[in-house]
Amino acid sequence: MRIEAIRAWLDERLSISTLAALASKKEVPVHRHSIWYYFGGMTLFLFAVQVVTGILLLLYYRPSSETAFESVQFIITEVKFGWLIRSIHSWSANLMIATLFIHMFSVFFLRAYYPPREITWLSGVFLLFVAICFGFSGYLLPWNKLAFFATKVGTEIAGVVPIVGRPMLRFLRGGDDVTGATLTRFFGFHVAVLPAMATALITVHVLLVQLHGMSVPPKLIGQPVKKMKFVPNFLLRDLIGWILAIGVLAALAALFPWELGEKADAFAPAPAGIKPEWYFLFMFQTLKYIPAKIWKIDGDVIGILAFGFVAMLLFLVPFIDRSPENRRRRLIFNVCGVLALLYIVGMTIFGYVT
Amino acid sequence: MRPMKIGGPADQTDRCTLATAAAQFSLCGLCGSLCLCGGIAQENIHHRGTEIAQRSTERFSERTRRFVKQPAAIVPALATRRTFTFALRAMIVLTLFTLASAQKKSSCIECHSKLQDARLSAPAKLFDNDIHHARGLSCNDCHGGDPTADTKEGAKDPRKGFLGKPKTLDIPAYCGKCHSDANLMKRFNPSLRVDQEREYYTSVHGQKLKSGETRAATCISCHSVHGIRAVKDPLSSVYPSNVAETCSKCHANADYMRGFPIPNNQYALYKTSVHAKALYEKQDLSAPTCNDCHGNHGATPPGIASVANVCGTCHGRQAELFQVSPHKAAFDQRQFGECIKCHSNHAINKPTDEMIGAGQKSVCITCHTPGDKGYVAGDQMRTRIDELLASIARSTDILNSAERAGMEVSRPKFEMKEAMDALTHARVLIHTSSIAEVDKVAAPGLAASARGYQAGLDALAERSFRRKGLAVSLVFILFLAVLVYLKVRQIESRQAAAE
Amino acid sequence: MGNTAGDKTNRDPEYPDPQPNTRRRFLDYLLGTSALATFGAIVYPIFRFMSPPQVIESTESSVIAAKLSEIPINSGKIFKFGNKPGILVRTATGEFKAFSAVCTHLECIVQYRPDTKQIWCACHNGQYNLSGKNIGGPPPRPLEEFKVNTRGDDVVVTKA
Repeated sequence: MRIEAIRAWLDERLSISTLAALASKKEVPVHRHSIWYYFGGMTLFLFAVQVVTGILLLLYYRPSSETAFESVQFIITEVKFGWLIRSIHSWSANLMIATLFIHMFSVFFLRAYYPPREITWLSGVFLLFVAICFGFSGYLLPWNKLAFFATKVGTEIAGVVPIVGRPMLRFLRGGDDVTGATLTRFFGFHVAVLPAMATALITVHVLLVQLHGMSVPPKLIGQPVKKMKFVPNFLLRDLIGWILAIGVLAALAALFPWELGEKADAFAPAPAGIKPEWYFLFMFQTLKYIPAKIWKIDGDVIGILAFGFVAMLLFLVPFIDRSPENRRRRLIFNVCGVLALLYIVGMTIFGYVT
Repeated sequence: MRPMKIGGPADQTDRCTLATAAAQFSLCGLCGSLCLCGGIAQENIHHRGTEIAQRSTERFSERTRRFVKQPAAIVPALATRRTFTFALRAMIVLTLFTLASAQKKSSCIECHSKLQDARLSAPAKLFDNDIHHARGLSCNDCHGGDPTADTKEGAKDPRKGFLGKPKTLDIPAYCGKCHSDANLMKRFNPSLRVDQEREYYTSVHGQKLKSGETRAATCISCHSVHGIRAVKDPLSSVYPSNVAETCSKCHANADYMRGFPIPNNQYALYKTSVHAKALYEKQDLSAPTCNDCHGNHGATPPGIASVANVCGTCHGRQAELFQVSPHKAAFDQRQFGECIKCHSNHAINKPTDEMIGAGQKSVCITCHTPGDKGYVAGDQMRTRIDELLASIARSTDILNSAERAGMEVSRPKFEMKEAMDALTHARVLIHTSSIAEVDKVAAPGLAASARGYQAGLDALAERSFRRKGLAVSLVFILFLAVLVYLKVRQIESRQAAAE
Repeated sequence: MGNTAGDKTNRDPEYPDPQPNTRRRFLDYLLGTSALATFGAIVYPIFRFMSPPQVIESTESSVIAAKLSEIPINSGKIFKFGNKPGILVRTATGEFKAFSAVCTHLECIVQYRPDTKQIWCACHNGQYNLSGKNIGGPPPRPLEEFKVNTRGDDVVVTKA
């Protein structure tokens, strides 16, 4: 009885029953490609894991060049289960970006960006860039040798963009070189700026998905499709996935703990064979193999501009392929998408093998 | 006024022609300046000058005379009022020229550098790099003579203090003329010692020289002559990394050293030593070479009972310990040469643990027999050190494997330094020949190593705890996932049944 | 094929509920406890993580080298500073000085000699004065100096 009274009290003020009614109405289409529907939620779950483990790490981490490395060392040696929280944070970051890519590609191939879902797509692309920035800024925070040089190289590449490159480099680095100032700046991005942006974008993204409902693949548009209730069916299935994800993270943390390495030394030479994290590797490899000069322009500049162009195309996807009627355009898009996927996967593997 | 014609194309047969001609002018100038100073009748000077000039030109060949219009013959003809005025003007110019160039003029160098015979031209050529030259000194400062004279006789005039080439037995005194004079040396380098000559005569080289042995090394044997460089010049024959080679020029030459009762293999042995490796390979100039143990000028092998003092100038700790050990009295009594009995004098190799104890390569067993006090002590010390070494190896191994397994063990690894330091200390303390002393450091070392081992064990235990924890949690997680799945199935079958 | 009024599930009484209540309740029970256990297994490490460990903070820029009472005048003590050894010296005048204890020659650990009142390296007889300057023997560079402050009974050393 008391529970009923509390529920009624809350409902009067928060309209919980309205929300509950809306939630119970939400349905998820069931078809051959339904499996891909899970990846958005998985990405969101892993993001939540990042937020929780990130806040926990904040209790002990110190963002200055003299203290950062030692504080992470402290976390993984002295703090109870510190090793677990830190390794989960590092692994979950990677898993999140992986599921994010899968989510994006599945949305692409299943054309979930057709009207009225263009803004959902745009917010998603923004989220992709936010996630990559999260990865890049977070990677520097332990202030170890690998991270230091990865940041140096990465910001160097950013500086290659014509006109805005140099000011951008100085903005990112907090100066001309990678120093403690860079660390402080990256820390600010990582724990304040990017989370704020992510929260806003995720809110927009998820609300829009609820507003528009789940999309169906083009072939099934207009056709009767079996549906499953979101609550509790799909949600419970989601839950299975999330529980398994926790298991995977725990296993990775215990069996393949994330390395700490050696403290960064600004004056030491770069260690041999440094590579950026895997989600940057395909770009890194591409830049490596672009010839030094193409028609008098620096190869690096061409590479960066090419990537910038592709990023812009990514934004424009729902405005280029607008309707399910145009079968030829769909085919071209499919081919481009497959090529892009193969290129990314291929270059990543190539980067690891060499 | 008839111009004096001297010169014409330089004659190849006599290189002194131009020099002589110039000398004539300067002689005139010199005479003239003497005249200006007053006191000597100019007629006499002219005649004197004529005589000198005549003597030198008499040596000219007939052909030369045809070219050079016998300036000597001109001179007496010029002893007139008119020529006197000219000569006076010339003298003024030439005097100024001479005075200006008096410092730099060295006929010795000018003449000798042009000689055909390499033996005679070498000194002049080498002298450019000499430190004495850099300090503004010249040939006459050592050899005497007159560097402004333009004839050989004039330059090498004994009345001008010419000493010539010194005899081997006189070399130390020759150099000591300046180098033992404190007042003189302080004008050039106040921190230089002035007792080298005195020290030299205390050395074996000096003693041998005094008794007439001309093969003995003198100043120039090591410092070279005419091209002497400062000791801190890397090209100097007495720069630390060149000293051994310089000494070996005699000491490694069996023919040269025939008749002397010492071996000839010191240089060869030295090159195999750790000291040579430090000096030549690691470029560590503080590593000892011949003079660091034997002395420079007072070069003598250290006395049997003072070897430890010599080695102890760098290896202070070991020497200190040795001096209070039972070995000191025993070695001195038996004339064993202290340190070098075990470590050798020239072929000093990196000491290893095998040198002590009862093993085959041990130096202890060269004197000690199984059962005697020394033998037992050596054996015990070796055992303790081996124990410590083995313990450190075990601990380092386990820490490394914990690290490879992904555990963070940088602090225990750091603390292992304590154990390794103890090992170094223990290895030094064997010079006391006392197991009690060695134990004083070995025991804490073993304790530190044991702590490191325990830390390694703890790390591996933590790792397996984590894996067990993982296994347990995975069981829970999978169980939960299965249950949720069953729940979903249950719900859906209910929903299906409801339709 | 009758339809009992009020029975919203449209069930045919000849075909009873495929999952009787007990099984359903059992599943729910298992689910509940299992969920609770897993939740506990997740929350437990988080709470342990949040409670401060024995060693309060990462020892990098500052460390308590010793207690005031345990360092007599004219003595030295080796302590751990980050990953490297440091030496704390209490001079004959009572002043505290701290340096890196890693000899700049070949990285042996130096010590304080109360007799010479200098820092000495036993390996090759290297000597440093109480400003850390290398004044004798092979060391090529001075020892890095640290800042020392006293806080109550603690002697705190920080990187300069």
